[in-house]
Amino acid sequence: METGLATSHNRASEDPADQASPWARIIYEGLIEADIKHVTYVPDAGHGRLIDLLDSTPTIRMTVLTTEEEGIAIGAGAWLGGERSALLMQSSGVGNCVNMLSLLESCRLPFLTIVTMRGEWAEFNPWQIPMGRAVPQAFEAMRVRTIRVERLDELADALSAAATLAFDDDQAVALILSQRLLGRKKWVTK
Amino acid sequence: MGDEVSAEKKDARLDRRAAVKALLADRERLLVVTGLGSPSYDVFAAGDSDANFYLWGAMGGAALVGLGLAVAQPERPVAAFTGDGEQLMGLGGLATIAVTAPKNLSVVVLDNGHFGETGGQLSHSGRGVDLGRVAQAMGFPVVLEVDSEAHYAAARAAMADMASGPKFIAVRIANGEKPRMLPARDGAFLKTRFRAHLGFPVR
Repeated sequence: METGLATSHNRASEDPADQASPWARIIYEGLIEADIKHVTYVPDAGHGRLIDLLDSTPTIRMTVLTTEEEGIAIGAGAWLGGERSALLMQSSGVGNCVNMLSLLESCRLPFLTIVTMRGEWAEFNPWQIPMGRAVPQAFEAMRVRTIRVERLDELADALSAAATLAFDDDQAVALILSQRLLGRKKWVTK
Repeated sequence: MGDEVSAEKKDARLDRRAAVKALLADRERLLVVTGLGSPSYDVFAAGDSDANFYLWGAMGGAALVGLGLAVAQPERPVAAFTGDGEQLMGLGGLATIAVTAPKNLSVVVLDNGHFGETGGQLSHSGRGVDLGRVAQAMGFPVVLEVDSEAHYAAARAAMADMASGPKFIAVRIANGEKPRMLPARDGAFLKTRFRAHLGFPVR
């Protein structure tokens, strides 16, 4: 399957696999454009399509984590070695990251994470709510800037802005994908 | 195993400063990341270098910083020096390293069986957890135990070897504090210095 850059940001993909989560290809293209070489992740059903796209891209190294904080340390090492990385996680993983986020401020390191939200919109699992609600405060407490995306048409621009802040300005940035953007159906059927 | 054997093993534990100095002798192109506390002091005491990146926090992260670095710099050998306490906090990270499988990475655990920075409480390693066997079970293809001076050369050769890895090297060191030898604490400085060593311009 073609996973290159043929699809424009502003046009819906023809690929049926993109229909369920059209945001995934936008993120994929944005990561390629931002010259991301390493993507670390704890899988999330919401990230499934994006992970498939990235997995089939030979220029990107994918690393599966046992817990999200690992991605912060790996990303720090990658940057020391001259390469850009991004961390994919679900909102429940944000709390796992708190102390490891100290690395970023202490070393003024670039950091880009893409967080799929749970616990805030048409959520069926009450256990997702406490951490979902605490995501902005947890990031703020550790001085990670958050850019929240509610609408598909603002996603490409938001990701590009986040990557620029991270890698040109040595900032820690979390792109938060709202649960409404991700869509409610897949949470109850998957 | 009787008490006699354990006592003998305990006596055989190495001096940490001497061990780290020996492991880093003739390090050549080796890039080094160190875990918070004594491993940072030991590596600094062995000789400061622009190719050293010292962590002063982020407990559990040293070996993983080494992983990211090893993947981004596949032509350079990379070693992460840390302690048993830190590595126990990052056991999952050993699994992540094992499945990523960079051949140029060594995780060197200076194992005294204690939380040395916080008053010397007995750690899990000191209570019987064998980190070398953990690494083996995770899938590290090379696991070495260094418990005498005779093993230093093999450990140095393993760290320099780019053909098989990742390597897990457990160094049996004696418990007890050493005079503090403190590297720079400014993380942004250490980052910039390290990247400049690799040829990345200061921005």
